[in-house]
Amino acid sequence: MSEKINAIQDEIIEEFAFFSDWMERYEHIIDLGKNLPLIDKKYKTPDYLIKGCQSQVWLHADISNDGILFSADSDAVITKGIIALLIRVLSDQNPEDVANADLYFIDAIGLKEHLSPTRSNGLLSMIKQMKYYGLAATKAI
Amino acid sequence: MTIHTSHLNIKEDLDLERIRKDFPILEREMNGHPLVFLDSAASSQKPTQVIDAISNYYKQTHANVHRGVYQLSQEATEAFENCRIKVKDHIHAASEREVIFVRGCTEGINLVAHSYGKRFIHEGDEVLISGMEHHSNIVPWQMVCEDRKATLKVIPVSDVGELNMEEYERMLSPRVKIIAVNHVSNTLGTINPVKEMVRMAHNYGIPVLIDGAQAMPHTYVDVQDINSDFYVFSSHKMYGPTGIGILYGKEEWLEKMPPYQGGGEMISTVTFDKTTYNELPFKFEAGTPDIAGGIGLHAAIQYLQDTGIEKIARHENELLTYGTEILSSVKGVQLIGTAKNKTGVISFLIKNTHPYDVGAILDKLGIAVRTGHHCTQPLMDRFGIPGTIRASFGMYNTMEEVDKLAAGVVHASRMLR
Repeated sequence: MSEKINAIQDEIIEEFAFFSDWMERYEHIIDLGKNLPLIDKKYKTPDYLIKGCQSQVWLHADISNDGILFSADSDAVITKGIIALLIRVLSDQNPEDVANADLYFIDAIGLKEHLSPTRSNGLLSMIKQMKYYGLAATKAI
Repeated sequence: MTIHTSHLNIKEDLDLERIRKDFPILEREMNGHPLVFLDSAASSQKPTQVIDAISNYYKQTHANVHRGVYQLSQEATEAFENCRIKVKDHIHAASEREVIFVRGCTEGINLVAHSYGKRFIHEGDEVLISGMEHHSNIVPWQMVCEDRKATLKVIPVSDVGELNMEEYERMLSPRVKIIAVNHVSNTLGTINPVKEMVRMAHNYGIPVLIDGAQAMPHTYVDVQDINSDFYVFSSHKMYGPTGIGILYGKEEWLEKMPPYQGGGEMISTVTFDKTTYNELPFKFEAGTPDIAGGIGLHAAIQYLQDTGIEKIARHENELLTYGTEILSSVKGVQLIGTAKNKTGVISFLIKNTHPYDVGAILDKLGIAVRTGHHCTQPLMDRFGIPGTIRASFGMYNTMEEVDKLAAGVVHASRMLR
């Protein structure tokens, strides 16, 4: 368990506590999605694509001695907003902490339906992939 | 955009209030809103009459069919075989021998692709499908073509979502061994001119399989009038239970085709040297069938007949006309599939938004639509889009629900702007 990762998760939960209904939460997620820094064009290729049935996700991991830097994109903006949150939580972290992270914030801010396998939006596979990168980097270091 | 909210029971032949009471699931709320179920093309909801028939069967009549000498088994067999008769009469098949129980439309197509293909498709032959097929009417034929070294050819689709009939005619030749097309497109709602297509194919002696999954809940299908060689459909899209469907096939073809799966029920005699197969329809029904499913399907057909399919079609057509009009008036909405002949399916996109985002917001408003490629990826590629938002109507939908959809679309498009 990484305290650093959990501190960010708690921060997000606190931020979302200000919103009184789903609409405000979604509006915020949509804003986050629109403001997600663009992924480098050279990573927006089939090699980095996580194909969902509904929306698609591109994910790139930059692994260095300091940790893993993630960048990602999606064709759907709500998916992109959740990606922004995932990057905020998992990017620039110790690889082992990424691999072992318990991402409880998604449920806590009422977005867990977006991680249901039936949604098939690429997010579930994206988290799995982020953790794989964490695991791979742990072994490499 | 004008919003009307009091269309209920105006100009309706259908007793909508009674019908909605028959479908208990419609009383549910989703995310604090009354459920607006607009995904009947994926699977329709079930009336109490169907639910009760299945429940009563298990409470009163269940035993394995076609084998017991005891009364209970005979009652179960009779109830199950009555469903076959009901289907035969409903689709106007020439005999019960032409009505095969399968798991669903998909299995029916696989059965024909496999069994017909094994016997009649050879190297260099062609199989013809259309550009608006569901994956279930593409992949089985790809598999068979790969296996038999045959070529799969595709009838093109026009910009409005109709089949190019001139091109279809040009593609017909003695090399074509079978044609498989849908009666109604699940993504576009287009009603294809299947009777005419069958007539043209028969000029070349080519048999035709029609995927009727999307047609059965909306129209009376007379297989002898259409004159197709095979017609397949699923129970769960026509208010019946999941897990059962029908393959109708002309007896002359079914007799010539080898069995699809081996097991009990489909045999006449078995020795370790040789097995002889049972006669039609049992030759294609290996294993214990979905007896309860048959009972439920029987009740569903009865419900459709009692309600009146013409009335249902008229009602759904009004929903389609109104929905098309009101959605077209929403800024940024682009309709995909505007064929002249359509069932109650509206596929659309909102400019600069992704279907997933729109679907997620509509869900929060209690509105259940389907988003994505609807298992028709090649068709999406044809239109150069990742998917659509699809609203599809059943007999229980109301004008008020169409208004809610339109209001939801306006709402989503504002949020995503």
